[in-house]
Amino acid sequence: MFPALKQRVGDVLLPGDEFSPEADDSISLTEQVKPEKVVCGPGLRRSGARLVVCKSGVLRHKQPNMFWMESQQRRYVPAKGETIIGIVTVKSGDVFKVDCGGSEQASLSYLAFEGATKRNRPNVQVGDLVFAQFIIANKDMEPELVCMDSSGRANGMGVFGGGGLLFSVSLGLVRRLLSPHSEVLSDLQQLFPCELVVGMNGRLWVKSSRVQQTLVIANLLQSCDTMTTQQRRELFRRLSIN
Amino acid sequence: MKDTPLANCERDFLLTAIEEKKRLDGRQTYDYRNIKITFGTDYGCCFVDLGKTRVMAQVSCELVAPKESRPNEGIMFFNIELSPMASPAFEQGRQSELSVKLNRQLERCLRNSKCIDTESLCVVSGEKVWQIRVDVHMLNHDGNLMDAASIAAITALCHFRRPDVGIQGDEVTVYSPEERDPIPLSIYHMPISVSFSFFQQGTYLLVDPCEREERVMDGLLMIAMNKHREICSIQSSGGIMLLKDQVMRCSKIASVKVSEITELISKALDNDKKARKAGGRCGFAESMPQERITALKMDETPVEMTNVADAANDIVEKAEAPPQTVPSPVVPIPGVGQVGQGLQNTWGLEEEEDEEEEDENDSGAEQEEKVTKMEEEQQEKKESRGGDVVEISDSEEEEVVILHPETDKASKWGPELELGERQCSQTQQRQSMAEGKETQEEMEEATKRRA
Repeated sequence: MFPALKQRVGDVLLPGDEFSPEADDSISLTEQVKPEKVVCGPGLRRSGARLVVCKSGVLRHKQPNMFWMESQQRRYVPAKGETIIGIVTVKSGDVFKVDCGGSEQASLSYLAFEGATKRNRPNVQVGDLVFAQFIIANKDMEPELVCMDSSGRANGMGVFGGGGLLFSVSLGLVRRLLSPHSEVLSDLQQLFPCELVVGMNGRLWVKSSRVQQTLVIANLLQSCDTMTTQQRRELFRRLSIN
Repeated sequence: MKDTPLANCERDFLLTAIEEKKRLDGRQTYDYRNIKITFGTDYGCCFVDLGKTRVMAQVSCELVAPKESRPNEGIMFFNIELSPMASPAFEQGRQSELSVKLNRQLERCLRNSKCIDTESLCVVSGEKVWQIRVDVHMLNHDGNLMDAASIAAITALCHFRRPDVGIQGDEVTVYSPEERDPIPLSIYHMPISVSFSFFQQGTYLLVDPCEREERVMDGLLMIAMNKHREICSIQSSGGIMLLKDQVMRCSKIASVKVSEITELISKALDNDKKARKAGGRCGFAESMPQERITALKMDETPVEMTNVADAANDIVEKAEAPPQTVPSPVVPIPGVGQVGQGLQNTWGLEEEEDEEEEDENDSGAEQEEKVTKMEEEQQEKKESRGGDVVEISDSEEEEVVILHPETDKASKWGPELELGERQCSQTQQRQSMAEGKETQEEMEEATKRRA
């Protein structure tokens, strides 16, 4: 199965495509061989002996044996450890309900902020934006967010200051933006100085000195979603000339 | 599922942006988003794209008994469906407040304005009339559903054909499309709704609000109008106080928008008619890839290139000062004519006029002579460099007349240039000719100034 998978890396696959075990996948009983294990990421699912694609996209591979499907979806599914931009919708007792873009609202304890105690509550209003991290994100369970890391530091998380514009893009673009040495980001940095927060749930928050500039950046990033690298470079070049 | 809540920062940003006359998608205050009208394979099926808002209308007909109060009139029925496909906030099967409001407004817009001849829908008076049913389905919600729905409904009605009916004695025959060509509805006029949203208690006005603008708006005014500038219905919601002037202004904007949209609809209908006549495959599926159906604008990435003004200022500041322009760029030297470069013949002309000038302006005569001397010097230089026109920019000498190498340029422009450039060159030549005529006047002025 391993060579078959490796062969298709970079190909576009559709839900229903499958990989079946091959003859040389069987392990002989006499020889001492370590069986090859394949780690499946999002979009690949094991079904009996087969491996089934369950998301349309491009098959990606990471050494030594990780495979996943890269897709352009907009619906966010919470995953543990991911940092997101959430909107506080309800303030009830000791937890806030936060809209994270997923199917269900996440809960955020008021104690999960840096320096928060029972007496010293964080100042969070309904409608505020928070940058937070999932610590619980299971299937069929309410996800839970925190605004600090394991050592109790804020580490960049917390409530947003005023101003700025929130907008959403596809999850694929978000991953492209967050990847190290992101081209989109470096191109953008050369154009406009701005403050940009990227949530894994497809939400971006931009703030720059002027309303006009913020709008331009937001429109640029939203249009990056559907553009090829060349188209994007062309657009950025035109903008930099202007 | 609940709708995504609107964050405080979005609300604040939108309001400040509106105050600065900016919109999220780079539109101007009175701009509509791109409207795209496509038709289905069947008669009476119409899709309307208004930016990202997408609406489908389907017209169908049925023979029913008429209402007792109106025995010889057909029946119009309108239904708006807000499916969860349009927005996760819409619920299936329940009449929400919004859908009731939209439905009512559409009825007022299309039925109460009597845009369709209902009497022509009567088959047998008191017994059988046609019931025309218009189903409007929202496919995607990005604000301004009403306008999209009204465009879709009226276009679908225009596109619709009902089966022909024959009456022999007591017998009523409904012919299939194969037997007899179906008949279009008789439509008197096309009412189209135009929405205006108001912000900050009516201080700011936007046409065609998108979804996020609709969420922060204070009030909404919907005007349904036809291209004859007759208001068919008008509705204000949101509870803001509008001044008479504002309503008048809105109705004026609406009349402009309505005439644009009506034109678009008739164009789309025409295109579809031609395609159907040609016998090719037509309808939604075919028209999508070809983009045959008209649209207001090209579908381009909505990036607003505004810093243009600033950039231009920058360029102006950074750029070097342009060479000083003395108001006589193509002064032919007195006594020297220019031949064969498309300019006017100046042989002889100069001297006479110069003399006249000298007569008029005695004080300026001396300086004039100086200029002539300088020019003669230049002329010598020119000759020494093989006819090249030399630009001398001695700014200390005020009297110096700078010769711009325009005549030289004119000779360089060859046939290998692009058409546009050549046109440009021609215009420049024409300008230079005009300047040549003006030169005399300018020189007079200059001499007066010096005097």
